[in-house]
Amino acid sequence: MILSEEEIQRYSRHILLPEVGGPGQEKIRAAAILVVGAGGLGSPAAFYLAAAGVGRIGLVDDDVVELSNLQRQILHTTADVGRPKVESAREKLLALNPDLAIEVCGERLGAANVLDLIEAYDVVIDGSDNFPTRYLVNDACVLLGRPLVHGSIYRFEGQATTLVAGDGPCYRCLYPDPPPPGLAPGCQEAGVLGVLAGTIGVVQATEALKLILGRGRPLTGRLLVYDALDLSFRELRVRRDPGCPVCGANPVIREPGAVAASCSRAIGA
Amino acid sequence: MSVVAVRIPAPLRRLCGGAAVVDCHGGDIAAVIAALEERYPGLQERLCEETGALRRFVNVYVNGEDVRFLAGLATPLREGDEVSIVPAIAGG
Repeated sequence: MILSEEEIQRYSRHILLPEVGGPGQEKIRAAAILVVGAGGLGSPAAFYLAAAGVGRIGLVDDDVVELSNLQRQILHTTADVGRPKVESAREKLLALNPDLAIEVCGERLGAANVLDLIEAYDVVIDGSDNFPTRYLVNDACVLLGRPLVHGSIYRFEGQATTLVAGDGPCYRCLYPDPPPPGLAPGCQEAGVLGVLAGTIGVVQATEALKLILGRGRPLTGRLLVYDALDLSFRELRVRRDPGCPVCGANPVIREPGAVAASCSRAIGA
Repeated sequence: MSVVAVRIPAPLRRLCGGAAVVDCHGGDIAAVIAALEERYPGLQERLCEETGALRRFVNVYVNGEDVRFLAGLATPLREGDEVSIVPAIAGG
């Protein structure tokens, strides 16, 4: 379907770009992207994807908005405290762009629902806040062949990489195992610079749009490490592990399962 | 013996007096970790299992290459190399 007059106006600054143009904007409209987590990373990522005109955006998060979220989770406002994050997020995204389908799931992502959820989307953005969810989403994306755009943040540091199953490493190739619970004490007390979530979340949205457009060089095989205090971006090589239990030559993980519970702090004191 | 710059990730800086980069002597990764442990006791157990192997949620890179795909702890270091310690983080 060709773009309407209103869409041509709304997306004119995209359409002017030869790398996007009308056909690219139509691809964006036809795309479906799942954002896991409507928090620090998911907020800016989903906000920009909605602005960009991604036709179908899925949001999964079982949390409610808390006052301490508002320092970085820009989809939610003071009036939303106590509301489910996905409801608050849907409202803001539709206010920005009413033409989109915003699909929300307020349940906890687990082994029972992860495949059904992810299967309905072209690209997945991981903005979750814990290791079990990250490994679960990775395994499901590998099993279903969906590209996964990873982002994670801690204090003043962020990481991002694009994991394309079959065409590069997966999250387990990068980090074979999650930290055991004993080495991951307390999730909440470490703190995070609010704006860091914006930097990394927007990198994730950029990567998702590039994958949809088929343009540019994706962040596959590269781990971007951002240090906000130093304002430096470094790139580290990530290789596919032939012995990877989920994407390697002899995979032993054939369905998404539970990973030992742990927390967002991995090796911190 | 080579002097290399070791980039310390945020979760470990508290153990290193807040330093983001530490200059270290060592001919390979194992020697650098031992030197770090001497200066900042407790660092080694954050990086290595009791067996001595690197933990599977901590990556060590030499000039941007993961030592798991080089020679692991025996990966040789040359003067001026940059060693990065990069742990998995999960915050979102």
